[in-house]
Amino acid sequence: MESAATPLKSELRKTPLNALHRRLGAKMVNFGGWDMPVEYPSSGGLIAEHKAVRGSVGVFDVSHMGDIRVRSGLKLDGALAAVQHISMNDASKLAIGQAHYSAMLYPEGTFVDDVIVHRLGEDDFLLVINAGTREKDIQWVRENTKGFDCVVDELSDAYTQLAIQGPHAVEVLQKLTPTPLHGIKNYWFTHGTVCGLKNTLIARTGYTGEDGFEIYVPSDKETSENIWNQVMEAGREFGIIPCGLGARNTLRLEAKMALYGHEISEKINVWEAGLDRYCKMEKGEFIGRAALERAKAGGLKRTLVGLEMIDRGIARDEYCCCNEAGEAIGVVTSGSPSPTLGKNIALAYVPPAYSSIGTIVHVEIRGQKCKAQVVPTPFYKRPKKTGVS
Amino acid sequence: MAYPKNYRYTKEHEWINVESGLATIGITDYAQHELGDVVFVELPKPGAKIATGKSFGTVESVKAVSEIYAPADGEVIEANGDLHNTPEKLNTDPHGAAWLIKVRLASGADLSGLMDAATYEAYIADKGKEASA
Repeated sequence: MESAATPLKSELRKTPLNALHRRLGAKMVNFGGWDMPVEYPSSGGLIAEHKAVRGSVGVFDVSHMGDIRVRSGLKLDGALAAVQHISMNDASKLAIGQAHYSAMLYPEGTFVDDVIVHRLGEDDFLLVINAGTREKDIQWVRENTKGFDCVVDELSDAYTQLAIQGPHAVEVLQKLTPTPLHGIKNYWFTHGTVCGLKNTLIARTGYTGEDGFEIYVPSDKETSENIWNQVMEAGREFGIIPCGLGARNTLRLEAKMALYGHEISEKINVWEAGLDRYCKMEKGEFIGRAALERAKAGGLKRTLVGLEMIDRGIARDEYCCCNEAGEAIGVVTSGSPSPTLGKNIALAYVPPAYSSIGTIVHVEIRGQKCKAQVVPTPFYKRPKKTGVS
Repeated sequence: MAYPKNYRYTKEHEWINVESGLATIGITDYAQHELGDVVFVELPKPGAKIATGKSFGTVESVKAVSEIYAPADGEVIEANGDLHNTPEKLNTDPHGAAWLIKVRLASGADLSGLMDAATYEAYIADKGKEASA
């Protein structure tokens, strides 16, 4: 998936934890121009990492993610109006301390990027964006907020971001902070002291479909490694292990969370991606809205479905979907074995006529038509806990 | 894991062991380590012809698909059926029980272009240096 624009190996960007990953013997890959751990043989590899997150707890370095702060200039509401203009969810509904999934759209109603919007203050927002689209995103945000009374700062390099994920994540992190974590609901956040670091952003968010937290700490190497080591130490009793981007991908796929460049891109619109519930047409004007209105009236040409392989074979990204007659009808956007389900699963774009549950479609795997069926998504949903938020 | 002295190795990380005209072919420990958790193996049926440098099968890990290239010309006598249900054996015993195919070599099959164990070990050590540079 490397493109011509991918920098040479020597120019790969590194997170503050890069040296630590290498000391741990992680397998490193070029991910969107970043030198990132894909799996840790010392953790037992991808499947072990995946299972640790589903069953107990794992920790990810996600410092490659970008962070954009949009806050007000002189007048109130400048930042809120700007965020409303550049993103599709309704940021006015966010309480201070709350976050939500949203996306920034081109005028065509297709994706610049998806984003987690955090409301830090009345007129103060933190947008967490993808690593591979950082430069494009920040430029796009600056360009499209020019007419608003707001200040845009890129804070990407100011933070080391750790994701502590899994049913025991809350207990692990609680050992490192006096801030009561049980009271933080899913997609809410607070600022607290973590490992002695005051005013640390603690968010109950993640990209695994599991309970968990993401913390944002200063990005100097010493602090970053110190926090990582303290998280590992705190998690020891729960068998915490370092997890790489490989497990992050299989975890997010089971939970049907979109990945930029796969399920969403500059060629796919919101309706096709099935992200309707994060797109608030009634909130008023935002970039892409007019095109989405037209697209809705025009009807869907393709839609994202979950597939489970029936025949032996693994559907992979960009494999072709075809009908019984062998005619191409769509394409796989993400496909992998599912370590939780023990089945081969995939997300694919197909015409709506092929989207109902139980429909048989075929995936072309090395010239062979392999049977798959449309199944409900997400493929995996975490069990509801009782008595705990 | 040790690289058996009597095997010969390719740059694409396959091994071949020839005993009286019958060759066993597999992937190396280095290859399985690079792949990670192996979840799927697709092999040719007995009778299929393999040709030097041409793909004869596929090994897939959770995250990657890898073609397997023939180290020599020949005809498949047997494919390792165990790998159909237990592909993960490739991660634990790639030079032994998790062999891929047994092949009758074509007459005049030439293995002289392949590496011996010492050369192969030096070759992968170099690759390791590259990766951590």
